[in-house]
Amino acid sequence: MEQRYRCSPNLIRQEQAVNSRKLNAQVLDIDCAAEIERIAKRLVEIVARTLHRRGMIIALSGGVDSSVCAALAVRALGPGKVFGLMLPEKDSSSTSLTRGKLIAEQLGIRYAVENIGSTLEAIGCYRWRDEAMRTVFPEYGSDWKSKIAIAGGAQGRINYFKLVVQSPSGEIREARLPLKEYLQIVAATNYKQRIRKTIEYFHADRLNYAVIGTPNRLEYDQGFFVKNGDGSADLKPIAHLYKTQVYALARHLGLPAEICSAAPTTDTYSMQQGQDEFYFVLPYDKMDIALWAHNHKIPATELAAHLDISQDQADFIYKDIDAKRHTTRYLHAKPVLVDPVNEVLV
Amino acid sequence: MQDIKTQVRTYIFDNFIMAGDPGDLQDGDSFMERHILDSTGFIELITFLEEAFGIKVEDDDMVPENLDSLDRIEGFLRKKKAA
Repeated sequence: MEQRYRCSPNLIRQEQAVNSRKLNAQVLDIDCAAEIERIAKRLVEIVARTLHRRGMIIALSGGVDSSVCAALAVRALGPGKVFGLMLPEKDSSSTSLTRGKLIAEQLGIRYAVENIGSTLEAIGCYRWRDEAMRTVFPEYGSDWKSKIAIAGGAQGRINYFKLVVQSPSGEIREARLPLKEYLQIVAATNYKQRIRKTIEYFHADRLNYAVIGTPNRLEYDQGFFVKNGDGSADLKPIAHLYKTQVYALARHLGLPAEICSAAPTTDTYSMQQGQDEFYFVLPYDKMDIALWAHNHKIPATELAAHLDISQDQADFIYKDIDAKRHTTRYLHAKPVLVDPVNEVLV
Repeated sequence: MQDIKTQVRTYIFDNFIMAGDPGDLQDGDSFMERHILDSTGFIELITFLEEAFGIKVEDDDMVPENLDSLDRIEGFLRKKKAA
């Protein structure tokens, strides 16, 4: 049964906010029912007429983005033309699989569970990652937990990454990651997203389906994805929506409460890790407002007042948004040719 | 201290700019504003500074005021050496 939540049409308020240079929480309100119908209609056009495929593949992480994408795909084509995948490995949260199954069963779609742990083991993902971690913490063992955390940007410093490890006894240590070890850990863990995408395309090929990518606007804009991993897809239905708006759609679509309230995580490292800890300088709801404000040329003073932060911090946030856009531009880029081949039309 | 700027300019040119005239990089040019270095690039630069000049760049040192131009790096290294 679809629950209906009130989502105010907000174009007038957004215009007022831009014109008055006053930020308020309502600038991210959307007309959920209209947006769902608009996206569903576009998905039909894209799958049938642009991509010429018969359905859609969706990898379900148990988070709100993939759950909303799955629901939108079902709204567009019906459950018979959507195939779900759950692709856990040993560092995945147990709730990822539970929630993935929950949403697949609620939507009535076919799905498969494929544990990618043995594939990652065989390809060296864990070995490469742990070797780099042991360079920083020699005592790091297979029974330890770990994560990477971003630091610097919100304080006006240059962004850098810290390695945080937890011993079996619960002791937590952290250290700034040297370049070589940082790159090796990221390269190794990127195997996870890339192996998942390989499996998604196997099923897409065998069913003649298109693969859905699930970034929200914050992730897409700020380059929070792995090139040829979760960044690879045939269509990205919610890339234009702020995360706050994705949550609003989830509630409007009547998705399970635990998905509608799920905190954004990377689900990539063995220690619990929020996306704001790994990549963004603020929690998603504040980052949404900051990104919206920056996109609409709202002065940093207004952002500072709205978020109750200093003018300097607001300036740092705007600069960090610009810096991440620039740094991750190559993630969006198609392979660059020396000369154009004009006969190939895309 | 000109030697510091020469060494850092050569390093940045060889590893990030790679083509053109090294003299195009002015002493006061911001590496960020000219999109020469991103955050990973700064970590590379810091590794180079630590190895080439025998210093330790602390977390609190990692601010644009210390690292975002040849002039600033020279001033930062002067302070670190004097400390």
